[in-house]
Amino acid sequence: MEIPRIPLGSWIEGGLTWLTSEYSVVTRGISRITQTGINSLNDGLMWLPEWALLAIIALLCWKLASTRLAIGAVAGLALIWNLGLWNPMIETLTLVVIATLVAVVIALPVGIAAALSERLYRLIMPMLDFMQTMPAFVYLIPAIPFFGIGSVSAIFATVIFSMPPAIRFTTLGIRQVPVELIEAADAYGATRGQKLFKVQLPLSLPTVMAGINQTIMLALSMVVIAAMIGADGLGSEVWRAIQRLRPGDGFEAGIAVVILAMLLDRLTQSLRKSRRS
Amino acid sequence: MDETRPVKIQVRGLSKVFGKQPKKALELRDQGLKRPEILEKTGQTLGLSNISFDVYEGELLVIMGLSGSGKSTLIRCLNRLIDTTEGEIIIDGENIPTLGEKALLECRRRHFSMVFQNFALFPHRTVQQNAEFGLEIRGVEKSERHTIAHNALKQVGLEGWEDAYPNQLSGGMQQRVGLARALANDASVLLMDEAFSALDPLIRKDMQQELLQLQNKMQKTTVFITHDLDEALNIGDRIVLLKDGEVVQIGTPEEILTKPADEYVRRFIEGVDRSRILTAESAMRPVRTTARDSDGPRTALHRMRDHSIDSIYVTDRDRQLIGLLEADAASRAIEAKAETITDHLTQDFRKVPPEEPLQNLFAMFSEKSYPIAVVDEQQRLLGVVVKGAVLDELARAGEQ
Ligand SMILES: Nc1ncnc2c1ncn2[C@@H]1O[C@H](COP(=O)(O)OP(=O)(O)OP(=O)(O)O)[C@@H](O)[C@H]1O
Ligand SMILES: [Mg+2]
Repeated sequence: MEIPRIPLGSWIEGGLTWLTSEYSVVTRGISRITQTGINSLNDGLMWLPEWALLAIIALLCWKLASTRLAIGAVAGLALIWNLGLWNPMIETLTLVVIATLVAVVIALPVGIAAALSERLYRLIMPMLDFMQTMPAFVYLIPAIPFFGIGSVSAIFATVIFSMPPAIRFTTLGIRQVPVELIEAADAYGATRGQKLFKVQLPLSLPTVMAGINQTIMLALSMVVIAAMIGADGLGSEVWRAIQRLRPGDGFEAGIAVVILAMLLDRLTQSLRKSRRS
Repeated sequence: MDETRPVKIQVRGLSKVFGKQPKKALELRDQGLKRPEILEKTGQTLGLSNISFDVYEGELLVIMGLSGSGKSTLIRCLNRLIDTTEGEIIIDGENIPTLGEKALLECRRRHFSMVFQNFALFPHRTVQQNAEFGLEIRGVEKSERHTIAHNALKQVGLEGWEDAYPNQLSGGMQQRVGLARALANDASVLLMDEAFSALDPLIRKDMQQELLQLQNKMQKTTVFITHDLDEALNIGDRIVLLKDGEVVQIGTPEEILTKPADEYVRRFIEGVDRSRILTAESAMRPVRTTARDSDGPRTALHRMRDHSIDSIYVTDRDRQLIGLLEADAASRAIEAKAETITDHLTQDFRKVPPEEPLQNLFAMFSEKSYPIAVVDEQQRLLGVVVKGAVLDELARAGEQ
């Protein structure tokens, strides 16, 4: 006797088709809004002359972090400029910034909810494991019927892939707040809201920032994959180099990604450290 | 003890079971089982069992007991950081265990400030912001709460540290912040859970002294927890002694020391006595002034006035104690135009040898509370013992 194959794939497809047709208004709306966001951020950043943006970023690094980071930023960005990868770099930056923003906006409330409710915690944690271990490519496939080819789909996939650490760290941060402090807040008659905003969130901020840092790094790691569904940027430079077998070009774009990653990483880390804990 | 004093908090039949089937544990308790048996049978801890006591308005009540006796549980039931299993806790007519969520918040804000063993300061807030916390929670307007918190910090001697963060302060200073946070809040009851236990002995003694001074000034109803008898004797107006979640004795420090309710309490106070052989001599003070048998009543009265006392010990030429002269008697002697005071002395006072054990002295302090005279074998007056000195001495001995 043969055990019939479980048609898991066709179920999922059926579900997705239903979702796309049923919620096409929603997805098209999201698509339009996101696209507008991407375009205006891109245009804005590209409208600025290279040197001006470079100066602004250097100043930011100097103010928030250190002189060393500022010098590093100038050198790294100048190299990217020199290699003619400025505009792809901007496109990648936009992608990462928007994906991170969306991820954080979703992750914070979800993370807080999971920290405060044991039941939600047990529901959400396995979902995060699922989101993070499912090969990222797979997200691209439903993204296309939802949002079409292009940056929006790329951002959708990036958000799903990069969001888990932000949620996880938010939950962790809030759960780590010592019970005595919660007790102290309770003893003085704090409401749930007061407890959250005056004690739990401020105390978990360093941990939340660490989560956001991870989210940014994961988003950057998605650039090449994002390029496969038509997102422009450094990822598509790499992708093109692969297709044409031009290792030199590939490495140049790769190095630009590394520079951007280091810059964003150090910047967000210094933001975390500059807050006292 | 004055039983007619106004009662601030009334605790009646309070029990707390840690576990999922508290009813079962209480049933076993009612059958006469104790904490260990109940734990074995049901896996639940009988944290508190049938506790009743009053906290009087303005008093400093100490709750004392060994580790695990349920002190923290008890104080947390008062402001319901822990939900009670049965019993009443009535403060200003409200029964705390049955309050709704909103009323409970309101009740905590109005009635309770708390100081914690490990300070529980908010590390992300400055000293000033920590002190303001309770007021901020209550929605007191910014400039007002700033002033109040500032004054509270001044009261605990932390002026100038407003902008520091807790981790920049020593333990003693951190607990002062904890105290300021409680004082600024101006709730009607101050709860202190082993507030000084984490401090080293010298600082601890200082803090006790300061608390007493504040207490004298503000007369705030305070429930203070400690596992340390010396601390309890030193600061408590009354002491509630807990053992395994039950009250063993309630009384003033003197009552606890002189009339221990059972073997447990006796062992508790033995610890104090054994640490040093305490005798009348150790608590004795030099006599500030005496009168001679040859003195006239006017001279004697004058000396009493000078030292603001209302009785004076009288000695003869060899410094032998011959009696006590009360101010009233001296006045009468003046009226009677007596030459000397010898006919107007009273023998209604206590005298002890220097090696008299200190705890025997408690019983001797009569209502009139003359100092007890300490005399040697030749009846020479060596010094006097006043009531407060006995307690001080006991407390000090425990630290050594
Ligand atoms: N949340 C809890 N769950 C179960 N048992 C508890 C809980 N809290 C306290 N207990 C138990 O209740 C008893 C009283 O504890 P409590 O903390 O009140 O003692 P304590 O007198 O404050 O002791 P210490 O001096 O060590 O602080 C102990 O046996 C303790 O193990
Ligand atoms: Mg305790």
